[in-house]
Amino acid sequence: MSILEYNGAAMIAMAGKDCVGIAADRRLGIQLQTVAMDFEKVFQMGPKLFVGLAGLATDVQTLRNLLKFRLGLYELREERQMSPQVFSHLLSTILYEKRFGPYFCEPIVAGLDESGKPFLSGSDLIGATVKTDDYVVSGTCTGNLHGMCETLFKPDMEPDQLFETLAQSLLASVDRDAMSGWGGVVHIITKDGVTTKELKGRQD
Amino acid sequence: MDSVFGITYKGGVILATDQTNARSILTYQHNLDKITNLTSHSAMGVSGPNCDMVNFTEYISKNLQLYELSSHGTIKLSPYAQANFARNELAKALRKGPFQVNVLLGGYDTKKDVPELYFMDYLAALQKIKFGAQGYAGNFVLSIFDKEYREDMEFEAALKVIEQCIQELHVRFLINQPNFIIKKIDKDGVSVVKFGADPADT
Repeated sequence: MSILEYNGAAMIAMAGKDCVGIAADRRLGIQLQTVAMDFEKVFQMGPKLFVGLAGLATDVQTLRNLLKFRLGLYELREERQMSPQVFSHLLSTILYEKRFGPYFCEPIVAGLDESGKPFLSGSDLIGATVKTDDYVVSGTCTGNLHGMCETLFKPDMEPDQLFETLAQSLLASVDRDAMSGWGGVVHIITKDGVTTKELKGRQD
Repeated sequence: MDSVFGITYKGGVILATDQTNARSILTYQHNLDKITNLTSHSAMGVSGPNCDMVNFTEYISKNLQLYELSSHGTIKLSPYAQANFARNELAKALRKGPFQVNVLLGGYDTKKDVPELYFMDYLAALQKIKFGAQGYAGNFVLSIFDKEYREDMEFEAALKVIEQCIQELHVRFLINQPNFIIKKIDKDGVSVVKFGADPADT
């Protein structure tokens, strides 16, 4: 039993044409028991910036509070919004500070930078970041997620198509994983704003 | 081995815990009150070793009362605020000297006029729920809750479900827990609905 698989999670962030999407499941479990079906794992950090936190639920919540705090401080001092690149780097630094007693969380970051260009990054629990231009995944069923995303992904998808791709990839992946699922949520970020949709999948 | 479970209903929350205090093969007492009152309109049902139970709940409840006193009674913390305060303290202690307590925090938000129930495990994962349980009790009562829970059920109906849960534990749970204490939190505050044995009886 790995500590990263104690609560269960599945999430994807994907880039489209001048848009990004981020999707996650809704399950909060304690090993084999399901505690809640509306647990939040994706958080809006700015008007065009989302972070998805997969891993141990307590660290998801601690990290979310820490990030909210640090982002707030940055915006007060700098009087400007934090760009996704800076946010991703901040997250990496926060994680590496706890190198020998880490937060058990493997985050993904999705956002649009100032010029409207999609930004995606993912990292491991000690802050090793990877930036991509197609998709990033995290959670207890990354094998399934990679398989689905690699198959369904096409570059330069419109927001509607991106939503479909994210939704189908997530739902199909979590159906074969006991620790994740119980519904999903998808956020699509475009230059005009954010659309959020709930997914109804297999409730088991 | 503690059984802690709770359910929200229209206008309040019911919390129930067993009253057995035991370690290894010995039972110390059968009339322990495991639902600690926090403020006028909130209470915490706790499971875990006695020392952590007492230390954690006393720390949280006294700090919450201090906050209210310091503001000369002007600021009453909502159940959401109380739960997040408790979570923060539990998370801080997690990597220093953890409290091995699993809690169900029930409260009535007097400003928004809604009951709220929060689940928090010993690792400080917090989630608002409509009904829930801590410990082995979950294996028996969660399915009863899933079947019988209705949105906006009345107090009597919710109490009946709680009693069904207690009956189930009596029949099927290996550990003998003869007494249960049931408390409700509504707009009038925290009150005892019934107990198996009087906690004040020394």
